[in-house]
Amino acid sequence: MTDVKQADPPAIEAQGLKVHFQTAAGLVRAVDGVDLTIPKGAFHGIVGESGCGKTTLARAIIGLQHATEGTVQINGRDRADWQKQDRKGFARAVQFIFQDPLGSMSRRQTVGQTLEEPLLIHSIGNASERKQRLAELLDLVALPATVLDRIPRSLSGGQRQRVSIARALALNPSLLICDEPLSALDVSVRAQIVNLFARLQAQLGLTIVIVAHDLAIVREVCSEVTVMYLGRVAEQGVTKPVFADPAHPYTQALLSAVPSPDPRIEAPRPRILLAGDPPSPRNPPPGCRFSTRCPVVEPQCRVTEPQLRPVAHSGQAACHLAAAESHAVI
Amino acid sequence: MNAPVYAVENLVIDLYTPSVSVRAVDGASFHVSPGETLAIVGESGSGKTVMTLGPLGLMPEGVAVDLRGTARADGRDILTLSPSELSALRGGFFGVIFQDPMSALNPMLKIGPQLASQAQKYAGLSAEAARKEAVSLLARSGIPDPEDRYDRYPHELSGGMLQRAMIALALAARPRVLIADEPTTALDATVQAQILALIRTIQKEDGIAVVLITHDIGAVSVLADRVIVLYAGQIAEEGTAIQVLTAPVHPYTRGLLASVPDFRSESATGTKEIPGIPPNQAQLMPGCRFADRCDMVQATCHSHRPRLQTVGLGDVPHRVACPVVIAAEGIVTHD
Repeated sequence: MTDVKQADPPAIEAQGLKVHFQTAAGLVRAVDGVDLTIPKGAFHGIVGESGCGKTTLARAIIGLQHATEGTVQINGRDRADWQKQDRKGFARAVQFIFQDPLGSMSRRQTVGQTLEEPLLIHSIGNASERKQRLAELLDLVALPATVLDRIPRSLSGGQRQRVSIARALALNPSLLICDEPLSALDVSVRAQIVNLFARLQAQLGLTIVIVAHDLAIVREVCSEVTVMYLGRVAEQGVTKPVFADPAHPYTQALLSAVPSPDPRIEAPRPRILLAGDPPSPRNPPPGCRFSTRCPVVEPQCRVTEPQLRPVAHSGQAACHLAAAESHAVI
Repeated sequence: MNAPVYAVENLVIDLYTPSVSVRAVDGASFHVSPGETLAIVGESGSGKTVMTLGPLGLMPEGVAVDLRGTARADGRDILTLSPSELSALRGGFFGVIFQDPMSALNPMLKIGPQLASQAQKYAGLSAEAARKEAVSLLARSGIPDPEDRYDRYPHELSGGMLQRAMIALALAARPRVLIADEPTTALDATVQAQILALIRTIQKEDGIAVVLITHDIGAVSVLADRVIVLYAGQIAEEGTAIQVLTAPVHPYTRGLLASVPDFRSESATGTKEIPGIPPNQAQLMPGCRFADRCDMVQATCHSHRPRLQTVGLGDVPHRVACPVVIAAEGIVTHD
């Protein structure tokens, strides 16, 4: 036994995770049975359309959202126990970045105060060491020292997002979870932040989980991807092979919907147009949740809910028609 | 080419609030003809919306506006119209779809009657004919079970269905020009693809003119015949979609396109970044407004405002406001 080296536990391991909300209009099954394993050092993208539960899943992973069922292990420790026993230790290891940087910062604190606060709370360093750390953080996110005295509102959207990234990095976390960190940014600024994430990941060896709906950006930076549909995982695997040969009809339709910026490629391209909108997570259809919109639906799909299983790209997909040897193509 | 149905020339729009004044549009001209789609591309604050909707009297609330230049709808000067005449023109001649469907639909009224009343008022239909027209518009916009949806309130429809209902509403008056202001920004990828396909079908079938206001290069690539790239209120580049998107000349257009990864290309194209941020239009410098972010900047860029020069002839001239690139790359101009 002593010779067997314990494998490094994954950064995130979620099992049977469910988040249900009771609302006046009925029970909303925002996340409805998700298993997810993210190894250390991965750059993982969670994609899907609004209402698919991607943000709720990200929040449930770090306990910002109470999970109705299921467990989450982070770095091999039960997340709920860890937070109960050592809340500060958990905060040092795991940080969250919100979609709206302005909404996640105090309007009255300067950038310097915003960045120093986590260091003060965790009693890290003396005044001059903290000052040194602030300079390092600004350097990491490529902001000039002049922003320290400014308030968030006076910064541009891209600068604000850099500040929130710097604040998240202040305690040297090993895991960074980001909820749509690019959505609020201008197109030309988005690329700056994408490149910043990629650089930080390489430089600091972070595990990064990013919730996104821009599939082109996910393809550029994420090493692995999870595609969600209506509270469940439709498909997951290594980004390049998944995007090259998606096994789930929903993933195929989702990828087909992304236009090329080159009209010469776009004009002749056949597109998959799905009928209708995603159903409400209030009453998901029986069987496969995609069955109401799936162009290749079969009778069994409306009865039995498919489970994730290995497919050709060596990831997994939850489709009755997908197996290791073959899958449906729409 | 057909005569333009909506043509704007040398438009200057100044916006004033108690604390700042902003030159939102600085000498821009554009036109759109029946059967074509013109995309006006720019980032937030570039002036793309005020440039298109300003001449129609649709302006941000709470600001004083000073608007100069000419704007013609079917040859008729619209800047001299009274507010009520403008309102009639907006309802009939121009159909507008917005990013947020609830800004066009009345939440207190059922969907169908809202459409029918537009059709009665502007297309001159009888009550009965207007009802039929409304149902057929809902069906045409891809709304399943339109008879049932006719009697629904907006809150009973999903986001994608509301977007369709708003398109149906804009079409009810049988407009000559359809202006789509960020029509797909708030929508999911699969619904976006549906809405873009719908706009294209309507445009082909009715032969109307479409102006697409957007920052989404993908939507431009799907829909546009011609493209205008706007930066800080000035036109940086214009031409056919193929010219501008595949052979851009202006450093801003090049930077913008390089920052958008091509999902369809075999190899990862990478995301290059444009440094810096768009200028504060309350404190604009003379000269080229992109100068501070431009990797080809020269001393003259800060002092001389570049004019649009024709770099490609054809039915649609390809025009670029950057003498530096034109000189550096030996591009032949035709002015």
